[in-house]
Amino acid sequence: MNWVWFHRFGSPPYFYRFAGRWAPWFLGISLVLLAVGLYGGLVLAPADYFQSDVYRIIFVHVPSAYLSLMTYTWMAIAAAVGLIWRIKIAHAVAAACAPAGASFTAVSLVTGMIWGQPTWGTYWAWDPRIVSQLFVLFFFLGYIALRGAIDDRDRADRASAVLAIVGVINVPIVHYSVDWWNSLHQGPTLMKSGGLRYRCRWRGHCW
Amino acid sequence: MTPSQKRRLYMVLGILVGVGVATTFALQAFKSGIGFKAPTEVVAGAVQQDKRFQLGGMVKKGSVQRVPGTLEVRFVVTDFQNDVPVVYRGVLPDLFKEASGVTTNGRLDASGVFQADEVLAKHDENYMPPAVGRALKKGESRLEPPASPAPQQ
Repeated sequence: MNWVWFHRFGSPPYFYRFAGRWAPWFLGISLVLLAVGLYGGLVLAPADYFQSDVYRIIFVHVPSAYLSLMTYTWMAIAAAVGLIWRIKIAHAVAAACAPAGASFTAVSLVTGMIWGQPTWGTYWAWDPRIVSQLFVLFFFLGYIALRGAIDDRDRADRASAVLAIVGVINVPIVHYSVDWWNSLHQGPTLMKSGGLRYRCRWRGHCW
Repeated sequence: MTPSQKRRLYMVLGILVGVGVATTFALQAFKSGIGFKAPTEVVAGAVQQDKRFQLGGMVKKGSVQRVPGTLEVRFVVTDFQNDVPVVYRGVLPDLFKEASGVTTNGRLDASGVFQADEVLAKHDENYMPPAVGRALKKGESRLEPPASPAPQQ
């Protein structure tokens, strides 16, 4: 099989031309999808039986948290590829993930606080899910700071890549934190363990 | 793969394994300090008296008593096996309801009553329209013994 088309993406000039051509299209598509998604969540979806309308922040909160973890995973994979195969573009991808991922993480934390006040009764709780997600934010910010602190680009690439790889341990911790420990935070909305258990309200207690 | 790429691949895998093992041990060591305690653990003596911890469970149906003229409220936290009585002075969150989840911070006093200084309402990840919620509640009360009080809406 001929992999030339794939290896071309490793060349920074080729990749930048390619990405530059597609970026406006993706921006347009994402704006349309965002509008459709927000309309669905804020207008079409029915209110919740327990929380009424305040739960609607979930349509921003959960996607942000999901993107935060996904972006971190991509950043770590790209950093590892860059570290092992010495591919410059991979480090560039990892570096580009950091500010986007940090923003999604911050949005997930802030929307969580806004949601927590009217439902739980507090903006902040020292809960396993919340603290581990805060660590994700620190890893993103640490990655950005470490890259910025080293002048030599190749050394900055390698040092920050190691940090990104170390922090990826946190991703499964965030995801499973609500299963491993007794936490105030509810279980995962996406990828629920055991499928849809709509009557299990308390640690596997179903009635 | 060239030998140096292989070496770096093993290095990355080594970092992952090392950090993973270290994190696992660290989390195991702090296990008892993470998250809340259920009434069964409390009754079994998992916490020392006068030590602050977080208690979590369901607010037992029919257990909420308010002291008129004050902010004092008494209720029972249950995990359907054991109960812990709680006393709290302060404002309760809107979603604090009987037969629904709660976590609370405070300490046990000498008589085994949990003196709470913070009460937070816990909700689950099952979101549904009010009609479905009502239908489920109806089905729930049919399943219960007739003596129990009607669920509060």
